[in-house]
Amino acid sequence: MRLFLSLIMGLALTLDASAAEDSIVVASTTSTENSGLFDYLLPRFTEDTGIQVKVVAVGTGQAIRLAENGDADVLFVHHPESEKKFVIQGFGVERHRVMHNDFIIVGPANDPAKIRGRGQGRAGEALVAIARAGAPFASRGDDSGTHKKELGLWKAAGVDPTVASGTWYRETGSGMGATLNVASGMEAYALTDRATWLKFGNKGNLELLVEGDPDLFNPYGVILVNPKRYDHVKAEAGQAFIDWLVSEKAQTLIAGYRIEGQPAFFPDALPGLKD
Amino acid sequence: MRQAGATVESLRRRERGDGTRPPHPLLPLTVRGLGFWAGERWILKDVSFHLPDATRTVILGPNGAGKSVLLRLCHGLLRPGTGTISWGGLTPQNAASGQALVAQRPVLLRRSVKGNILHALKVRHLPRAQRAERVRATLALAGLEHLKDRPARTLSGGEQQRVTLARAWALRPNVLMLDEPTSSLDPGATRGVEELIRAVDAAGTKIIMTTHDISQGRRLANDVLFLHQGRLIEHAPAGEFFAAPSAPAAAQFIRGELPF
Amino acid sequence: MNDFSDAFWAALRLLADLDPDLLEIVALSLSVSLSATGIAALIGLPLGAAVALIRFPGRRAITIFLNAMMGLPPVVVGLVVYMMLSRAGPLGELGLLFTPTAMVIAQCILITPIVAALTRQTVSDLNEEYEEHLRSLGADTTQRIATLLWDGRFRLLTAVLAGFGRAVAEVGAVLIVGGNIQHSTRVMTTTIALETSKGNLAFALGLGLVLVTVAASVNATVTVITDAASRRYG
Repeated sequence: MRLFLSLIMGLALTLDASAAEDSIVVASTTSTENSGLFDYLLPRFTEDTGIQVKVVAVGTGQAIRLAENGDADVLFVHHPESEKKFVIQGFGVERHRVMHNDFIIVGPANDPAKIRGRGQGRAGEALVAIARAGAPFASRGDDSGTHKKELGLWKAAGVDPTVASGTWYRETGSGMGATLNVASGMEAYALTDRATWLKFGNKGNLELLVEGDPDLFNPYGVILVNPKRYDHVKAEAGQAFIDWLVSEKAQTLIAGYRIEGQPAFFPDALPGLKD
Repeated sequence: MRQAGATVESLRRRERGDGTRPPHPLLPLTVRGLGFWAGERWILKDVSFHLPDATRTVILGPNGAGKSVLLRLCHGLLRPGTGTISWGGLTPQNAASGQALVAQRPVLLRRSVKGNILHALKVRHLPRAQRAERVRATLALAGLEHLKDRPARTLSGGEQQRVTLARAWALRPNVLMLDEPTSSLDPGATRGVEELIRAVDAAGTKIIMTTHDISQGRRLANDVLFLHQGRLIEHAPAGEFFAAPSAPAAAQFIRGELPF
Repeated sequence: MNDFSDAFWAALRLLADLDPDLLEIVALSLSVSLSATGIAALIGLPLGAAVALIRFPGRRAITIFLNAMMGLPPVVVGLVVYMMLSRAGPLGELGLLFTPTAMVIAQCILITPIVAALTRQTVSDLNEEYEEHLRSLGADTTQRIATLLWDGRFRLLTAVLAGFGRAVAEVGAVLIVGGNIQHSTRVMTTTIALETSKGNLAFALGLGLVLVTVAASVNATVTVITDAASRRYG
């Protein structure tokens, strides 16, 4: 056993040479990673500060649990309600607004539930139409930010889709991309964030059908994990990351990020921008 | 009587202290009332004999007489059901480190000829500094020098058996036991193995071997233990035995009338 | 569907370009899985041999346990290792979560039973042949284990390779304990999963071909060497 442990520690030294450098772990969502935003932003942050950022991209729910266990220094997700709870329970220091984009509903081009073009306050109607038609709908089903959002929309629309689980309501229990793969494969509707959709490479027959409803607003917040709770949290480097994200420079960079020529995220922390 | 718990090494040391020519440390071999029960029948029953000298003893008898079992009991690989075995006062288990066994089918390790011998020396704790010289001398005696780097298991049957014999002899045992060492060899290879047995004998090692081959018995035996159906029928000097065996079964066997 | 031919070209392009990101991922895959295989061999070989050779109460139970553990689901291993290494877990102090070391530990747990179980079988078979000779020499347990492991080395290498194959191909455990962090814990399988979820199927399949090629070359190299050697030693 001692031999085993010393082997492990020896390995830790050889394989984790980078661990000695200044680095932080950010628990974030698949949408920020899959959209390519981190590939675009993080090298510039490292250039400015010398701090390496390690992103663990999982669903919002899992990201929050990682942070609650003290396994991340910074939480960067998109479900304000859960984020506020995270801070109130003492796991996080303070929530900072960073940016937003929006959710959209995508579906097969032939649109069996006839939801195309609904929006401006009618995303709920689109869901009701899907439920009425019994048209296949691919749900994340993984307690992610998008999943929580989707359940909120169903609730507001007065439909409980989970009773149809396994028939037209398909819970994939997977990330956004994997769920879009499922939707593409079985010609199902799905709720997705715009950035993942823009970057998604296997659209097949899927098209964007519903957008523009204020209910589909998708805000991202960033929170430093409470160093009073976990003393190993790299508070200084983590705070530097947060400060940088809300700085004018980063906000301008975010505003300038394009996927296939379209803006994917809209900055929320530019000076002069208020709620 | 010597203490049963003493080891071969301690006895050797003690006996060399006398200043006189050291007597054989494991002799006499005294076997009394030996029986071995294998599940449903007696393989050996009531076997008693006394071997005082470092001569070539041949255990002769047809197949199934219990020769191999007797050899393995004496070597400590099997535990007797009844009776006692004493190697100059030592139990077979304590005497085993002064002995070596050559089995009917050569058990060779997946290594070179040299590697096979080195392995045995290492297991028997021969000091590292002496091993190379011991291997060299052994290979020379056995005439195996030209094969020393060949993988042992790729050799012919006769060569393989000579390697096992050389490996056993490399241990410089006080007693060398051989179980039908040539039964699967052709006459030429058999001659090679027998020559090697004589060479080992000439070095003062007690030889105990089993065979069902009467002519081999004639060629090698100084004295004969004749086993038949698990019983020791006759124990006699080789000359007397082959000239005029006293037991009828032994006489039949020599005339080739005993089925085997 | 052109995905297969696309994948083929994607794989060729990946290999031809020797893209530094790809090289980094391949190198990490190999170093993690080879480390895990090395440690699994250090533990599994003597353990398997000991179970084969030493009689002790519960030996049968351990044999059954080892055989059952060969089919251990990687996600379960990942989850357990995550819970152990999490800051909230018993080994959280070590700060190993989301590091290559954590991935090595997970793969190690995954494949040690494979190496041990196959070793037990091999050593047990070989022991039937060698037992009398070794007992006659008076070999002690350590010497017996060493002899049988060395003489079974070619067959045991296959056992170790089986472990390596499973380690390098699994995704469930390393994804959970490594976190698939770019330039840190991203290996071939987690990259394939990620690219699949981005819908880049051809690229993902191309990576898959690279993975198969890498795994196959490791296997082929070892197999060719051991075949030649085992023919030599019979």
